[in-house]
Amino acid sequence: MPIQVLMPALSPTMEKGNLAKWLKKEGETIKSGDVIAEIETDKATMEVEATDEGTLGKILIPEGTADVAVNTPIATILADGESAADLAKAPAPAKQEKAAESAPPAAAKAEVPQPKAAPSAPQAVAEPDPEVPAGTEMVTQTIREALRDAMAEEMRRDPDVFVMGEEVAEYQGAYKVTQGLLQEFGARRVIDTPITEHGFAGVGVGAAMTGLKPIVEFMTFNFAMQAIDQIINSAAKTLYMSGGQMGCSIVFRGPNGAAARVAAQHSQDYSAWYSHIPGLKVIAPYSAADAKGLLKAAIRDPNPVIFLENEVLYGHTGEVPKLDDYVIPIGKARIVRSGSHVTIISWSNGMTYALKAADELAKDGIEAEVIDLRTLRPMDTETIINSVKKTGRAVTVEEGWAQSGVGAEIAARIMENAFDYLDAPVARVAGKDVPMPYAANLEKLALPSAAEVVEAAKAVCYR
Amino acid sequence: MAAPKKAAASTSQDKSDGGSPPEFTREQELKALRDMLLIRRFEEKAGQLYGMGAIGGFCHLYIGQEAVVVGMQMALKEGDQVITGYRDHGHMLATGMDANGVMAELTGRRGGYSKGKGGSMHMFSKEKHFYGGHGIVGAQVSLGTGLAFANHYRGNGNVSVTYFGDGAANQGQVYESFNMAELWKLPVIYVIENNRYAMGTSVSRASAQQDFSKRGVSFNIPGKQVDGMDVRAVKAAGEEAAAWCRAGKGPYILEMQTYRYRGHSMSDPAKYRTREEVEKVRHDQDPIEQVRNRLLAAKVSEQDLKAIDAEVRDIVNASADFAQHDPEPDAAELWTDVYR
Repeated sequence: MPIQVLMPALSPTMEKGNLAKWLKKEGETIKSGDVIAEIETDKATMEVEATDEGTLGKILIPEGTADVAVNTPIATILADGESAADLAKAPAPAKQEKAAESAPPAAAKAEVPQPKAAPSAPQAVAEPDPEVPAGTEMVTQTIREALRDAMAEEMRRDPDVFVMGEEVAEYQGAYKVTQGLLQEFGARRVIDTPITEHGFAGVGVGAAMTGLKPIVEFMTFNFAMQAIDQIINSAAKTLYMSGGQMGCSIVFRGPNGAAARVAAQHSQDYSAWYSHIPGLKVIAPYSAADAKGLLKAAIRDPNPVIFLENEVLYGHTGEVPKLDDYVIPIGKARIVRSGSHVTIISWSNGMTYALKAADELAKDGIEAEVIDLRTLRPMDTETIINSVKKTGRAVTVEEGWAQSGVGAEIAARIMENAFDYLDAPVARVAGKDVPMPYAANLEKLALPSAAEVVEAAKAVCYR
Repeated sequence: MAAPKKAAASTSQDKSDGGSPPEFTREQELKALRDMLLIRRFEEKAGQLYGMGAIGGFCHLYIGQEAVVVGMQMALKEGDQVITGYRDHGHMLATGMDANGVMAELTGRRGGYSKGKGGSMHMFSKEKHFYGGHGIVGAQVSLGTGLAFANHYRGNGNVSVTYFGDGAANQGQVYESFNMAELWKLPVIYVIENNRYAMGTSVSRASAQQDFSKRGVSFNIPGKQVDGMDVRAVKAAGEEAAAWCRAGKGPYILEMQTYRYRGHSMSDPAKYRTREEVEKVRHDQDPIEQVRNRLLAAKVSEQDLKAIDAEVRDIVNASADFAQHDPEPDAAELWTDVYR
């Protein structure tokens, strides 16, 4: 049966075009790939290539015709052995498969119920922390040691886990977080990389796609900006874009947030940046025990995890339960201090200001409930909302900037879920809206302080 | 600025080969013909479906470059990984991925390789060791180096074949990857598909070093320019490079000198080159015609070749039919596969 050549679309938005020129005449032999005509729109000219072989039977739209609608038959091609007499057999245009961009093929349309609105998102349910049996020995450790132990334990447990990054092996870690790992696990599994964040982040993601479980250390998350394309476009999105076939179990970790006196390029909080991205999990612990239990969970998690540490906190000590396998579920906030007057929500080093402020407030008779989020994505909205329903007031504390920040997200969730319980607008304490200055006095002013948290808490309590 | 002359093959670092590549057996010729034809007919059909509005967004066709992936695939062994950029339909078919699944992904249907959620540029197959399909120019080079890292870590003897174009060859992470690959002796073949144009920019307007086989010189990575229109030359070079990698000598660069007949994407008006240029390559160097002519000279009958044509057309027509009638993904799929 003769084959119809249809007016093609140059782009998904094209509806009509001009048939500028025929390059083949009726009766000429046509091979697949031959340019048979030129069409043009206001934006471009394009060649129409034959996708079938035979003889150009009849030109249906003469050259010079303007505004030919997409999918209009413009010519017929006769296959081997067919003649002009067969032209009558060409199917009527109406029977052609027609699929304009906004209208999928009719057959398919009938089978697909078109959703009127997107189905609602699944809700994450956070698990509680594991029980620490009474009488468990507690070890006093720095956060640095707790992180190191978490990596070492997971590397002993799973030969597919390895750590790579700048100065992680022979130098023992720029901040000594990987101390001793090279000695125990060797250079095959503790890998010094060149200074090449974009490249080694991609190497880590590629290795993870095959099922290995890399821990990629960034000397600081400031340098991970060079690698953010691989983190977001390759690590976070591949599971979805592959229809669930190919995921990426990988941990990107390193110090985040303000360090001391290193100025704007080395002092920035990326909490909001990464917590924006579906496909990533984002953890930012404050205590040594959480640092250990959550890093172990991150390494075991089958998804890409951003693990935000804090340089200022590395040397802080805390009590870590001495258990064979202390793993804290990702996604669960912790109420660090109970109170009934105001809820203060923070994470990582923000907790330093929050807890200090709670002490100050107690002196004035204000009992603050302090929540350590620990995980920023998925966020434990339930714990926040339950607390706000009790206190009716909330203050968020973060080192990052307020605009589009995590505090802004928390405030929105409180508004959406507990508006009627609020006795005052949610207050945000955040880093000042400036690049981090170097001078000691200005740096101090740029960061949040316990005093600002106290002030905000009093304001929402109308005190 | 005058356009510099196209680098001659003699400038290649590897000067060992002079004559024509090793002959194929009849079976190899027939297989190469069939696999290249499948890609060409598939791409022609994809172009047609795009013109009908059945395929959305971007659609980058591989027509003209078929000998590269088909020849390379003939040089590989089970378990070797393949990764490439956005012009990926040919690579997928060459690794043995099902035409129905690829075409249905192009039309965004549930039977597509990514359940309709990836589209033309983002498809994967664990089973066929195809690691995508990546839309960010150059990103696959670091990822492919990571595949090689995993082979090295596991000591499995496999090679990662990492494809990218002459355009991606100017991205910074390519050289970060070269450095690590050579430093750690990773088994990766970097296949640079030099089709002479990065979108609308010719190599001479974008590249200070136009001999891409030399792009690894400062990292001590050997390289070779290959006639990417001759499937036999591609296979021979691929075998040489794979042997180098499997011997633990590190990465190898193959510059495939090839040509894309179609535009960069479907909406490319192709004002940056002449029709005569395209026609000349097509007439003189077409990878499929080369094989067909050799087969005819070797007295394979027209009828046998027509049978291959017919088989390929059936596969392609069936895939187009499937891709237009398979339902769109269920609305509930919106929320799946974000996490596992």
